[in-house]
This record gives sequence, C-alpha cells and structure tokens, in this order.
Amino acid sequence: MKVKLRNPDRQVELAGGRVIREVLDELGVNPDTVLVIKDGELVTRHDHVGEGDELEVRPVISGGSA
Amino acid sequence: MKCRRCSGSAVVEVRRHNAAFCKDCFPAVFTEQVRRAIRRFDMLEPEDRVLIAVSGGKDSLALWDVLLGLGYDTTGLYLGLGIGEYSDRSHDTTAAFAGSRGADLVVVDLAEEYGFDIPTAGRKGSRSTCAVCGLSKRYVFNKAAVDGGYDVVATGHNLDDEAATLLGNTLRWKTEYIARQSPVLPATDGMVKKVKPLHRLSELETAAYAFLRGIDYVVDECPLVAGNTQLRYKEAMNSIEAASPGTKAQFFLGYLDRGMPLFERTSRPTVRPCDACRQPTTGRYCAFCRAQAQVLGRRIEEPGPDDGLETARAMSEEVMPAEMYGAAGA
Repeated sequence: MKVKLRNPDRQVELAGGRVIREVLDELGVNPDTVLVIKDGELVTRHDHVGEGDELEVRPVISGGSA
Repeated sequence: MKCRRCSGSAVVEVRRHNAAFCKDCFPAVFTEQVRRAIRRFDMLEPEDRVLIAVSGGKDSLALWDVLLGLGYDTTGLYLGLGIGEYSDRSHDTTAAFAGSRGADLVVVDLAEEYGFDIPTAGRKGSRSTCAVCGLSKRYVFNKAAVDGGYDVVATGHNLDDEAATLLGNTLRWKTEYIARQSPVLPATDGMVKKVKPLHRLSELETAAYAFLRGIDYVVDECPLVAGNTQLRYKEAMNSIEAASPGTKAQFFLGYLDRGMPLFERTSRPTVRPCDACRQPTTGRYCAFCRAQAQVLGRRIEEPGPDDGLETARAMSEEVMPAEMYGAAGA
C-alpha cells in the first residue's frame, strides 16, 4: 500500500489489510491531527484499507502567527 | 461509523462530541457552528462590510466559503509576505478561490507598500520572524479595514489556535492578554472590530470542511514556522486531547463562559495617532512603524516606556505576547 505523507512530501510503502488507526499508530501519528484520504475520499480512522489502496496522510496543524 | 444526522457512511469523526458525520452532512454541521458563534457573540450584522484576512490556508478559505454561503458582504485581504515560493503559491491559491467564487480580493504586498519582506525583517529586526509577521498582519489588516471603510475584520482562528494561545498565556499568567482573548474585539480608537467565527471548530474540522467543499488550499506549512512556540503548545494540547477528548474545548470555551469575567480589565490605555502613519498607538510611533524603521535602517524616535507592548496588545487580535512566538526562522 502506498502512503503519501506531507510536510515534507514523501511516500512510503506500508502493509494494508487493516484499519487506518493501525496504520497511523505505525507512523506515530495522532489521528486527531491529520486528514486521511483514501483513493481521493476522506475516511475515518475506523475505516479499512486494502493492499492496493493509496492513502494520503495530510497534517491539519498550522503554526502561523495570525 | 455512521453519520449522526442521516446514518450514512461517516467520513469525519468529531471525538469531543462522540459523533461522526457523512460528507454531505458535515459541511452543514460546520456552517451551523459558525452561524451560532456569529449569533452568540454578535459578530456580524447582515449589512456589515466584512474584510476577511485570507492566507490561502484551510482556515481562512473555509471561513470565507462559509460567510459567502451565509450571504455576507465579504472582501478578502491577502498580504504578500515575500516568503519565496510559499508566498507565490499562497497568493495564487487565494486568487483562484476568489475567482472561482466571484468574490472580491484585495492584495497588499508588504515589500511594495512598506519596503521590506518578512524574511528580511526576521534577519534585520529585533523581533523573531513570527512576531514581526504577526505584527505586520495585524497592522495591515486594521489599516486596510479603516481605509476601505469596512465594519469588521474576520480571521480564521480556530479552536486549536485559541486553546494554544490561552495555554501559553496561562502558563505565564499574562493576565492582561488573557483578559482580551475574546472571539470579538469591539471597534475602539481607530481599531476596527475583529471577529473569529471559527473559534468553536478544531483544525481537523476546518481541514475536513475545506476538503469536502473542494477548496484547494495550501497544505504546506510556512517554511519559517519550524520551532514556533505555539506549535509546541498545540502538540501538548493534542497529547492531552488524545487521552481525554474534549479537553481543548472545555479549556477554551469554558474560559469564555466562566473564566474571562474574572480577568476583565477596568481601564484601557489612552491611544493617539502614530506620528508616522496615523494608526493608533500609545506612544509617538506605533510598533509597526518602529519595526519598519529598524529593518530599513531609518532613524525614528526611541520607543517610550512601554516599548510598544501596550500598542501591540491594543492592535492584536490574537493577544499572544510577541515574545512567545520564539525565534522561529530567525
């Protein structure tokens, strides 16, 4: 399964066949701090991801001053 | 998971409400939260001319999208900060959004109007990059609103921003800043009214709204923000939130309900027009003009006894002390 990470942009290969929460756990990512997009659709951490799926893990935290 | 409203397939989980929503219901729920915030704090009147500070990020574009949908008379204000490709992309994204909605956009370029950009100010001035960036935004937003005859400046500050700011101010017991951390700052002494209609909504929710509405926003973080103190406070709050969903909202919204009255100030500083730009200040020159003079190597009178902090506070819609932004990007 291909996983696209942002800030900085990079791609990793991880095992599919599990729920997204487990993928985020492996990445050390707090589910409340990212959008997870599976094949172009927004999904929750409870959704299942298959080996052939493509995920984007998109951070939502910004730190600007105003 | 099932949508709380329609039992369809959920795509957004809001853990603090123990709820989830589908792609069709969530934008409606989000919009209703904004509408409630506007009503509860008397943020906007139907006839108001609203200037929205837009950066090309998820929060400001989501706010603009909601206010357009609610029928408000809005104009976007984009401030070019001169941060290389990041600023170029931010401008293009903002302009594309405005064009797609047929909305009015005013663009101010910091270097063209004031002779410096943010990276230069971070290198040459005494303030950190994030501090001078925040000062510049607050100055330009207020000046543009006054000059343009707008009634209100609206910003996209969200629940995470507000909770992190309150945490920082509380850790240092900055009681005067705490007292001013309201979603509404009324118009006073040359200051246009400031409002934060997204203060009840988390960053996850604003990002999800923007995605579901098809808003093309800048995902990349500002390259100068690494190490920013507010980011560390957000990380701390998110760690607590992961273990105890709802803590952030209880902290900030509880402050608005029960804490803010305990910190209210009874007196306000006397302000006068800055000798250089006529914007309000407590001294002879405002903090922005003094920062500009420092960066450009111009002579200007030495700061007064308050060193501009009172002015910065009066001009702030974020009310986080400048020193708390740290030396990010400097």
